[in-house]
Amino acid sequence: MSVDHATVRKIASLARIAVTDDQVEAMVPELNNILGWIEQLGEVDTSAVQPMTAVIPNALRLRDDVVTDGDVRDAVLKNAPQAEQGFFTVPKVIE
Amino acid sequence: MTNLTDLGIAAIRDGFQAGDFTARDVASAFNDAVAGAKALNAFIAETPEIALAAADQADKDRAAGSLKPLSGVPIGMKDLFATKDVQTTAASHILEGFVPQYESTVSGKLWNAGAGMLGKLNLDQFAMGSSNETSFFGNVISPWRRNNGDTAALAPGGSSGGTSSAIAARLVPGATGTDTGGSIRQPAAFTGISGIKPTYGRCSRWGIVAFASSLDQAGPMARDVRDCAILLENMAGFDPKDSTSLDLPVPNWEAALSTDLKGKRVGIPKEYRVDGMPAEIDALWEQGIAWLKDAGAEIVNVSLPHTQYALPAYYIIAPAEASSNLARYDGVRYGLRDLPDGANLQDMYAATRAAGFGDEVKRRILIGTYVLSAGFYDAYYTQAQKVRTLIARDFDQAWEKCDLLLTPTAPSAAFGLGEKSDDPLAMYLNDVFTVPTSLAGLPAMSVPGGLDALGLPLGLQIIGKALDEQTVLNASLAIEERAGFTARADKWW
Repeated sequence: MSVDHATVRKIASLARIAVTDDQVEAMVPELNNILGWIEQLGEVDTSAVQPMTAVIPNALRLRDDVVTDGDVRDAVLKNAPQAEQGFFTVPKVIE
Repeated sequence: MTNLTDLGIAAIRDGFQAGDFTARDVASAFNDAVAGAKALNAFIAETPEIALAAADQADKDRAAGSLKPLSGVPIGMKDLFATKDVQTTAASHILEGFVPQYESTVSGKLWNAGAGMLGKLNLDQFAMGSSNETSFFGNVISPWRRNNGDTAALAPGGSSGGTSSAIAARLVPGATGTDTGGSIRQPAAFTGISGIKPTYGRCSRWGIVAFASSLDQAGPMARDVRDCAILLENMAGFDPKDSTSLDLPVPNWEAALSTDLKGKRVGIPKEYRVDGMPAEIDALWEQGIAWLKDAGAEIVNVSLPHTQYALPAYYIIAPAEASSNLARYDGVRYGLRDLPDGANLQDMYAATRAAGFGDEVKRRILIGTYVLSAGFYDAYYTQAQKVRTLIARDFDQAWEKCDLLLTPTAPSAAFGLGEKSDDPLAMYLNDVFTVPTSLAGLPAMSVPGGLDALGLPLGLQIIGKALDEQTVLNASLAIEERAGFTARADKWW
């Protein structure tokens, strides 16, 4: 499988990364080179193999359903590019 | 008086406890070394005042008779660990100026053990790279140079390149690294130092900027095996805040160090004899085999048949996880925001991420997004996870015949900056010997074995069974004793 210009634009859009025409031009052969190389995995017979879910066997733990965190609003907002009145602010999303 | 910056972790700890010097003297000596090594660009942030404050506390604790395991020892911290009130960037523009309001579990453990912080060490951006050329804050330069008069700047390896450069240049006695596909072991090999990636789950990932969560693992880097054991004891341990943290006691690795390998079987995987590997690396591998035999081990040949598929599987799995993990950088909650005039929320996300991520990070996010996208998920991602199962099974089958594996750490000595940076694939291939272990979550260590014809360090890798860091450390120490590696980079910076 290989990607074309339209596919690269689509992926970049899904990944929320703005790309210029020049960047798309450069990325198409670069990504195809990498994708062409990883294609070789297709030659491995995995019909009887389960995909790995955990490298080291480890049961997921449950903890008591109690509050363990919180009341740190100012710390949470401390690194926000823009915060007002205790909230993160973003460009208007509803007209 | 000895030059304090020539001392390693154990020597500083023991000398300080014995009253040979004050912690302030040690911290001051390393602070001076750091301040005098700007040419290496090993640090993103220097924190001499934090190192001195920890040293003063250690001096007080000594006077009060309440010493901690790392009292008096200053270290470096890879800038991937969140450090409270100290900028943490992952070497990216998007996190430039980010000042965490919390401390990562691993760094917190080290500070609680009495260590002080000399600074935040440079790395490849978001730990994505093998040469430390993807940092937004510039390349890290290795203190090593070729011995043929060529003064070309060499790569310190990556992603923990600031860590490896700083240790090799004696700017810090030891430091933290993280390893996703070889980011502790390969830089250690390139700079003539030691580094261990423990079993996945030994060290908490909480507060470490995430790259590929099923692979990321913190570990120590230092000048020798004992120093790594000391640091690892103070980094590892169960953390309820990391769901993949292993709820197991931390062994006393340092106390149990032994170079007697009688009864241990060391496997030599034939698939690691790759085409085009320099003869010197093959020769060092043979030498390593002889050293381990000398230490009492039995050598057996083993096969890890799926080795050649480890790298392509890794370059599906790691970018897939990265594309998901890095979705959090949205210009809303922390880090950079790029808001073009008249932009809506979606435009802001895209502009912020375009401006904040470097080329290699974008490349991996795009690959990851592609392999996870509808219609391709099974062919790429599911297939890679199945191959990962086969790679882990290869190791399980090898353990029926042996207790350890010995391989070279990297297929070459350090290369020059710029030599591979135009070809992502050539760069990826540098991790050919380290990635399989990462995919299987196993502990592995690199120790220096010797120098190549150009006077550059070469490393040997010891791979162990899950949770058997002790045997890995012991075999590494057996190699270290026999290699007698004392070479160091001549100071030019």
